[in-house]
Amino acid sequence: MDALSWTGALAPFLPVLAALACLAAALVVGRGVADAVPGAGGGLARGLDRASLWAVAGLAGALVLFLVAAIALGTGAGIAGGVARRLLPVWAALVVVLGLSRLFRRRLGLYGKLFDSPIGVTGFALVLFWAVTALLGALDLIVTFDPLGQSGAMKNEGPGTPFTLMVGEAPGGSYPAYLLGGDNLGRDVFSRMIAGAWTVVQIAPLATAFSFMVGITLGLPAAYFGGRLDMGLTFLANLILAFPVILLFYLLVTPEIVATGLPTYMAMVLFVFPIVFVAVLLNARYRTRPRLRPALLAGVILGMGWLYLSLLSDRLGPVTILPAPLDLFDVPGGILVVFVAVVFVNAPTVFRIVRGIALDVKTRDYVAAARTRGEGPWYVMLWEILPNARGPLIVDFCLRVGYTTILLGTLGFFGLGLPPESPDWGSTINEGRKLLAIYPHPALAPALALLSLVLGLNLLADGLREESLRD
Amino acid sequence: MGAFLLRRIAVMLATALCLTFVVFVLTNLQPNLEKVARTQGNARMTDAEVASWLDARGYDRNVFVKYGEWLGVVPGYVARDGDGVQGRCFGQAAEVPSGASRFCGVLQGSWGYSTVFREDVSTIVATRLGLTGKLMAWTLALMVPSALVLGVLAGMREGSRTDRALSSVSILSTATPEYVSGVILITVFASSAAGLGWFKGTAASAMEDATFWNFFLPVLTIALYGMGYIARMTRASMAEVMTSQYIRTARLKGVRFRDVVLRHALRNALIAPFTVIMLQFPWLLNGVVIVETLFNYKGFGWTLVQAAGNNDIELLLAVSVVSVVVVLATQLVSDIGYVWLNPRISVT
Repeated sequence: MDALSWTGALAPFLPVLAALACLAAALVVGRGVADAVPGAGGGLARGLDRASLWAVAGLAGALVLFLVAAIALGTGAGIAGGVARRLLPVWAALVVVLGLSRLFRRRLGLYGKLFDSPIGVTGFALVLFWAVTALLGALDLIVTFDPLGQSGAMKNEGPGTPFTLMVGEAPGGSYPAYLLGGDNLGRDVFSRMIAGAWTVVQIAPLATAFSFMVGITLGLPAAYFGGRLDMGLTFLANLILAFPVILLFYLLVTPEIVATGLPTYMAMVLFVFPIVFVAVLLNARYRTRPRLRPALLAGVILGMGWLYLSLLSDRLGPVTILPAPLDLFDVPGGILVVFVAVVFVNAPTVFRIVRGIALDVKTRDYVAAARTRGEGPWYVMLWEILPNARGPLIVDFCLRVGYTTILLGTLGFFGLGLPPESPDWGSTINEGRKLLAIYPHPALAPALALLSLVLGLNLLADGLREESLRD
Repeated sequence: MGAFLLRRIAVMLATALCLTFVVFVLTNLQPNLEKVARTQGNARMTDAEVASWLDARGYDRNVFVKYGEWLGVVPGYVARDGDGVQGRCFGQAAEVPSGASRFCGVLQGSWGYSTVFREDVSTIVATRLGLTGKLMAWTLALMVPSALVLGVLAGMREGSRTDRALSSVSILSTATPEYVSGVILITVFASSAAGLGWFKGTAASAMEDATFWNFFLPVLTIALYGMGYIARMTRASMAEVMTSQYIRTARLKGVRFRDVVLRHALRNALIAPFTVIMLQFPWLLNGVVIVETLFNYKGFGWTLVQAAGNNDIELLLAVSVVSVVVVLATQLVSDIGYVWLNPRISVT
């Protein structure tokens, strides 16, 4: 079998696409110039406006047609077709979710309003694409080869190379080619990229959520009570922020430090915050219902406490708290360490943001009203101030998931935390950069993947900000 | 103003002290010390040999005492063994030299000795900082003007097509971390196999002789990531100024749009970006570490990675001191500059 070309049977249509793209770009730029030059005729601007809209719509339509044709032809349409066909379940999920959401957008609150902003929808689609890809990849629906499996014959081979083994025949039923080529150990770049998405999708949102719980639990009282508490916490936050992030990672995540158990002890402290947060939240709400409160609190603390202890105790790690039968799950080696490092770096920034917003919201009349009717400080903080700070916090959450993704990549780029054969994007870029000038494809695929996910999150945040400001 | 400055400097000193102490404790944890012993001495030492190696060099003592010695408030250690004396302040000698000072720490101007580069820490940091200064200067020279132009053009007509296009560009640039843009730029512009092969993919030769061809890619890589953020801040600030009353008055008086933007709006719109640019320095530092590693440019960031990777305690401490001073000093300058540029704000 010959090596696959980029577009295979669809190659004749490429010039059409390129021409459309050039036309659309020229019209959009022309429209922008007409906009910026004062005194340009209104008629010309309007004409350009309509033409550029049509050109962009035409380009989008042509791209969709191209995609459909690629899916239909599979590897007949070269690498593009192979990739598009492998991602078929993702396209289906995207069409269903986006279509349904758009149909019912008037009943879906802020999420529905997102569908009025083209930027927001683009961002949401990108994020959804990677989330679904990662999830289905973890279910083994998309990857074509084992992300850790090596083939000596495939070392540094370019995209579309037919799969062969150094010795013997390739087992029957295996995918015919390495779609995006092989890396320096002969592993499939495409499968590693998909598997790496799962690492990010697992860690980034959860770590960001943890940073938010830490930041909110400390930031609200700092702003509300002020005084010594505020001074101390602010000093601490500034101290952590004064560390260069990479130095902090090197200090926390090297194997020697991990051997001392320091990250686990930090996890012990940081993971208490969600329990405290939820307990205080519910306690403040149900203080007036003495029959419900103790049962609810006990349930929450016991349930979350069990999760907390299972998370920490590790049959091989430095902390063994729970006996093995009660230990619900183990977090694989590097993941906990990376998770802790990322939460630790993000939490002070969230603290500062929450504190800033809370200082502003605290002066509002409804807060004074709540105080006057005798609500406790925690009720005011969590049920009066926090809900009114949610807009900027949601936007920042999206941005921060993107930033956490960048941080995870940074960790991988310096070879910290996760095991070296791990398929996560940062580690893969780190491995690929050594031969970058000769074989760029192993590093380029994860780099573009990371770029598109973070771009999606930033666009989503921008769309959310615009729509929430419009209220 | 004086009291404000004094308080800020006191906080700065306290932060620097806490931070160096944390770094000191972490680098002096037992596994890290053993790593130092194995890399400096012999990789196959037994545990007992490691212990005696550490003991002979004064590593094996209370961490507070050692920190005091590094700082220069506790007399440096002196240990006698069969061959003579070994001390922190004079190294190996037969007898304690008569002129040797008892204290030798940062306060006395002695930054210690790097175990990796086998050189005085102060000379290493000085040369490396010089190299990174060159990188930073070019980065700022590229990043700040382009970001300001981008932001002002986008912000002068908020919501227009130009604004949308330029804002998308700045979002794209904030979404591209240095290790991604570096990889893409090298592939496109430096790779001879797949790309154009115009530039050099490594900046190692730029340390002595920086030319456009070996230095532009690293500079561009750092500048791209920071540019988007500054541009967005400039845009927001510009958009706010453009809606203010005095701009409307000027427009109604019939001043040309270009003059309104250049003469009336620009100066006020640039106050906020100034603070943002100052606060970008810590981020630039991060970018510098990544880019210097990627392009093999042996500056300050590269030194940080080497020191941290090899647990070179005194070099790492000096690196942290320098970076924390950069971070806190830029914060201070940004606060003072903000007040100075904007007479409506007062710090007292």
